[in-house]
Amino acid sequence: MGSKREFRIWRGDETGGDLQDYSVEVNEGEVVLDVIHRLQATEAPDLACRWNCKAGKCGSCSMEINGKPRLSCMTRMSTFEESETVTVTPLRTFPVIRDLVTDVSFNYEKARETPAFAPPADLAPGEYRMQQVDVERSQEFRKCIECFLCQNVCHVIRDHEENKPAFSGPRFFIRAAELDMHPLDAKTDRKQYAQQEQGLGFCNITKCCTEVCPEHIKITDNGIIPMKERVVDRRYDPLVWLGSKIFRRGETPQSTANSAGKGSVVHSGARQTGVHSHAGGSGDPAAEAQAQQGVNWHREVPHPTMPAVDDRGRLPLTELTFDRAAAPSPFGDDVTFPLPPEHLNFAHPSQDDKPAGEGDRH
Amino acid sequence: MTTTTRIERHHYDVVVIGAGGAGLRAAIEARLAGKKTAIISKSLFGKAHTVMAEGGAAAAMGNVNSRDNWQVHFRDTMRGGKFLNNFRMAELHAKESPQRIWELETYGALFDRTKDGKISQRNFGGHEYPRLAHVGDRTGLELIRTLQQKIVSLQQEDKRDLGDYEARIKVFSETTITELLLDGDRVAGAFGYYRESGEFILFEAPAVVLATGGVGRSYKVTSNSWEYTGDGHALALRAGATLINMEFLQFHPTGMVWPPSVKGILVTESVRGDGGVLKNSDGKRFMFDYVPDVFRKQYAETEEEADRWYTDPDNNRRPPELLPRDEVARAINSEVKAGRGTPAGGVYLDIASRRSADEIRRRLPSMYHQFKELADVDITAEPMEVGPTCHYVMGGVEVDPDSGAAYGTVQGLFAAGEVSGGMHGSNRLGGNSLSDLLVFGKRAGGHAASYTDQLTSRPKVPVGAVETAVEAALAPLQRDTGENPYTLQQDLQAVMGDLVGIIRREGELVDALHRLTELRERVAKVSAAGGRRYNPGWHLALDLRNMLVVSECTAKAALERQESRGGHTREDFPTMDPSWRRVNLVCALDGDTVRLEHKPLPKMRAELIGLFDRTELAKYLTDEELADFDALTEEAN
Ligand SMILES: Cc1cc2nc3c(=O)[nH]c(=O)nc-3n(C[C@H](O)[C@H](O)[C@H](O)COP(=O)(O)OP(=O)(O)OC[C@H]3O[C@@H](n4cnc5c(N)ncnc54)[C@H](O)[C@@H]3O)c2cc1C
Ligand code: SF4
Ligand code: SF4
Ligand code: FES
Repeated sequence: MGSKREFRIWRGDETGGDLQDYSVEVNEGEVVLDVIHRLQATEAPDLACRWNCKAGKCGSCSMEINGKPRLSCMTRMSTFEESETVTVTPLRTFPVIRDLVTDVSFNYEKARETPAFAPPADLAPGEYRMQQVDVERSQEFRKCIECFLCQNVCHVIRDHEENKPAFSGPRFFIRAAELDMHPLDAKTDRKQYAQQEQGLGFCNITKCCTEVCPEHIKITDNGIIPMKERVVDRRYDPLVWLGSKIFRRGETPQSTANSAGKGSVVHSGARQTGVHSHAGGSGDPAAEAQAQQGVNWHREVPHPTMPAVDDRGRLPLTELTFDRAAAPSPFGDDVTFPLPPEHLNFAHPSQDDKPAGEGDRH
Repeated sequence: MTTTTRIERHHYDVVVIGAGGAGLRAAIEARLAGKKTAIISKSLFGKAHTVMAEGGAAAAMGNVNSRDNWQVHFRDTMRGGKFLNNFRMAELHAKESPQRIWELETYGALFDRTKDGKISQRNFGGHEYPRLAHVGDRTGLELIRTLQQKIVSLQQEDKRDLGDYEARIKVFSETTITELLLDGDRVAGAFGYYRESGEFILFEAPAVVLATGGVGRSYKVTSNSWEYTGDGHALALRAGATLINMEFLQFHPTGMVWPPSVKGILVTESVRGDGGVLKNSDGKRFMFDYVPDVFRKQYAETEEEADRWYTDPDNNRRPPELLPRDEVARAINSEVKAGRGTPAGGVYLDIASRRSADEIRRRLPSMYHQFKELADVDITAEPMEVGPTCHYVMGGVEVDPDSGAAYGTVQGLFAAGEVSGGMHGSNRLGGNSLSDLLVFGKRAGGHAASYTDQLTSRPKVPVGAVETAVEAALAPLQRDTGENPYTLQQDLQAVMGDLVGIIRREGELVDALHRLTELRERVAKVSAAGGRRYNPGWHLALDLRNMLVVSECTAKAALERQESRGGHTREDFPTMDPSWRRVNLVCALDGDTVRLEHKPLPKMRAELIGLFDRTELAKYLTDEELADFDALTEEAN
């Protein structure tokens, strides 16, 4: 037996749009995608949304549900209260095409830039021998269904369009890690590549990516952190260090600041050990105040900068120096999901300077 | 309005429609042959249906049981297809799939390993030895991601050598082809639209490879996605090619049956390969009652023997849960009909009582996940509820086995993967599709490339045909009096599911054909609300006519074939008839109507038929054919 439930769905395109209210029949066992399909079949036949497998295997149906980035085919209606209004908005980090469909081509560009697997020259097809334990590490990353939810939440690009050229994002860090850990990959500079070309240094291990990954890939712990550590090991090696003195795009010379001997440039979060921060541990009072108010899409997240190495020549792992495992999510650490609907809106970037419309209140 | 329509034009040597395993492998081959290649896909790059394949890819590498070889694989494939397969395709497939799998490793694939570091292989229904190369239960994902990444690596080479990633191979994602364009009987190009913008796009190309997958969306309970509207089948028909074996649809025995919204979603056969058993509501392991005579020799008769087989396959016969899919699907259907089904109308699939929770989570991670998240069932503690779901179409474009070139009147058209027909006969073995994609994808891509080499003049796209295609595409948007495409789709699914389902009867098939004719009129008047930008209603409206013509082929052929074989079960003709084994039903388009013809099956070469023993052949062949066989063996002695 079905019951009527309230939905607010963002409709519009790159010229603007807003949340529209629908009340829809929902049956036992249904997921959010079922409800969207029902809307398409009834009152909104042109409601745009991507999907394919309806079983969490293809990563097509990513959207933000009550503000949380999720696969809509794996979000069961039973996880919401009967009386709750479910708000569905498109992924915010990518430009909107229409309704719930965004332009994710950024990700395909980054995929194309990441150097492909280099087969070992001395092995013919059929001669590859690898142990299960050795392939398992890379296999974890190959579970990725390219839903791009991790890319969507990573604050480095979520709030900073200008970082996109220099930052590949968590999905492609684990691609680099996967190849780095591949037992037979013939390329040996995956880690350097991740730091020099993919902008690995921008990542300050907030772990938001890991949190949203529907495949439960431990993006940070198993992918990013090992890549960071060993990149530094390599760079600290005087020979490699010399080689890497020729700096590439997006890199600042301070990554070799250990030569200055002061060791004072550490991740800003470390300065306030023990202080609970909601705003990326930046210590910026304005950001802190904003972060307290729930999700504010216009919030200025402190601009991420490439952290410098400490006096041991290591990239600071916030893990070790911070008051807890990671810096907060871009939503603010105290925000729990689902959010009350009145706190939600999807604001199209180009709408920012327009007067607040109907659904714009929070 | 049509005269002012903007159409983007592109020139390619080879256009591959479809970005699943078959399409990507074909494109790689065409590009390696130096051709400028386009890949077109209705969804995003890397999301094609292949991504959903779970169990594995069959290839007789002999890594787990060294007795396996291509001859055994060939025999299993022919048996599985009830000897209706195109023997040459089955032969090429069995011989070439190991190379195609090994090649994937050089592209970066990481399959699960055996103890000695080779590719691990798992058991699957109908395969005599463990044969499926796999990665947990996400093999399709590995396959498509690997091919996708190989394409990226080719693009990186082109960037290095030619300065442009897309110099020789370009992916047009979220682009749907609605029409193939011909110059006389030669392929000249393909016409379609960008789903994102609704803008039209025209590819001029002398060779087109169809790799569009299957037709399952015409059924309500299906494991297939929205993409499976039979576009390639319909495009081929309209271009003058022929379809064979369209009556054979595979209903996978184990789809989810609860909750209703996920009904049809696949539960991989690996659950049974790894020890899962089927039970009815009385708790009885019922498959022992359903072993048909032709398989009696290979399957265990007691639970004890069946259970011993998992650890000692050389001295025991296999459990009947691993019979080919058509047998298991029918058995489940009978149990449910006899009132021994579960509350949701399926049967129980139990692995919880047979394997440790740890092992289940490790070997079947995505099944564990799927049931946990979608049905709130912990498969390490409770049995699953399962029932048959429409899964795969054996029928498809009739092709030359070696080159994948379409038969019929058209030239320059190739087909590979699920959209092509013949390889699997009347029933596909699990795991044979993924290897089929690779073997015939490569072949089709390579032959499409050499076809363009031998052309003396480039076919030209006729202007009139483009205008017609534009008009047809815009028509649903310009009508506002017609029906909603979603209603029409539901009605079509009801007709196919109720009247052309697993068990078929003459009266119902006749009825289905009447209803399809009615639907055809309604579909011709369908109207789509909204504009051209990413409008799913409009897209569905355009897909409907493909679904319809393909459904007509299935219904017509199902009515014609008066026997039961593989994926075609007639209640009024419940047994296999050797004389029907010699016949392929071929569909062609006469104007608007589907025409059906009988065509004799090609005769198996002597050294291939010699791989079988006489008692087995006697169950499939006519007396006349058996006499031929006896003459052959005498000659040999
Ligand atoms: C749930 C599930 C599990 C499976 N498990 C297994 C398994 O374990 N082992 C096995 O061997 N097989 C398995 N199969 C079967 C196998 O996955 C499919 O048969 C196979 O992937 C089909 O591949 P393909 O390359 O032919 O087409 P697909 O991968 O389906 O690709 C079709 C492509 O064509 C494109 N397309 C279609 N129409 C158009 C158009 N009009 N214009 C442009 N592009 C178009 C689509 O966008 C898509 O990119 C499974 C199938 C399902 C559904
Ligand atoms: S850990 Fe945080 S900063 Fe680093 S990639 Fe993940 S989301 Fe981005
Ligand atoms: S890593 Fe996880 S979240 Fe990121 S794209 Fe892959 S599956 Fe999605
Ligand atoms: S539809 Fe494939 S992941 Fe949701």
